[in-house]
Amino acid sequence: MTRQELLPSLEKSLGEKIQNKTEFRSETTYTILAADLREIAKFCRDELSFDYLIDITSIDNSGEEPRFEIVYELYSMALDVHLRLKLRISEDPGAVGTVSDIWPTANWHEREIYDMMGIKFNGHPDLRRILMWDGYPFFPLRKEFPLEGLPSEMPDVAFTKVTPMEGGPFVTKPSTATSKDREPRAHPPEL
Amino acid sequence: MPEVHSTAYDSKIEGNVIFTRFDAALNWVRKNSLWPMPMGLACCAIELMATAASRFDIARFGAEVMRFSPRQCDVMIVAGTVTYKMALAVKRIYEQMPEPKWVIAMGACASTGGMYRSYAVLQGIDQLLPVDVYISGCPPRPEALLAGLMKLQEKISGERSFRNQKPELTEKLEDALS
Repeated sequence: MTRQELLPSLEKSLGEKIQNKTEFRSETTYTILAADLREIAKFCRDELSFDYLIDITSIDNSGEEPRFEIVYELYSMALDVHLRLKLRISEDPGAVGTVSDIWPTANWHEREIYDMMGIKFNGHPDLRRILMWDGYPFFPLRKEFPLEGLPSEMPDVAFTKVTPMEGGPFVTKPSTATSKDREPRAHPPEL
Repeated sequence: MPEVHSTAYDSKIEGNVIFTRFDAALNWVRKNSLWPMPMGLACCAIELMATAASRFDIARFGAEVMRFSPRQCDVMIVAGTVTYKMALAVKRIYEQMPEPKWVIAMGACASTGGMYRSYAVLQGIDQLLPVDVYISGCPPRPEALLAGLMKLQEKISGERSFRNQKPELTEKLEDALS
């Protein structure tokens, strides 16, 4: 199979499972259903030589339904073809299956998505947090999570506090407070 | 007629004897052999390594003995961004260091959280440890770290070391003398 034949043959075999197709600067994106993911992933790896899963990312479209979007970036080493698969899922647990048995690299990518967004992958062998610690109560990349964080406490493991966000050298919120109010530790009491 | 030396130094009397305050001698020993605990957590650690290497040569200040065991260290150089995940580990390593011990907060992140106004980053290691010297910079140049080290040496030479270390003994001595 040549690289020109690759995507047409995919469309021929899986035509009815592809919801939408977009082309942008010779990169192809297929929108699929979460239920078809594993079948399409297996077909892409075994029949179409997509042997490399570059990345998995997730998007929180807060306020829309279904809420989350997951993006799979595939690449064929042999034929130098890039393919993007997108699917939308709701907040319900178990809405999407794992692909970590198809591409082992997905194991940690899915753990990161679980850590940051709280999306659980069905059938993942080891779905623990990967960046934050086990027991951290929030999912920091969800839209409702504030940038300055929320307080939490896990004795002997870790704690978090709310970060001051106004003023300072790296301004994140405009402020009329003086530096003495913002950074009291930088102004020790007069001895 | 014995030979007369013209110098003021009389080796017979002064050969192996130095008069000084005990604190001054103790502090002199301490400040010139500060063994660092290299708590390298981010890019500041690269500058810390450069400070230890031959061009800047932290050995000139007696602080070249980077120990990767806290039990042999005097000063913890917190070089880099302290995340909440790492924070209690840093504190625990500090607690494993023997007294007397000092802390240098190297760079913007270790001092205040720096540009990481974020849910994941501790906003200054001084929220957990007593910091002696803060060094500004992102990252600070090796000269800045050396200046910070000299500031710490200055601070150490003014300490009342013996009283701090043996408060009960000095009290007893003072009572006996008064």
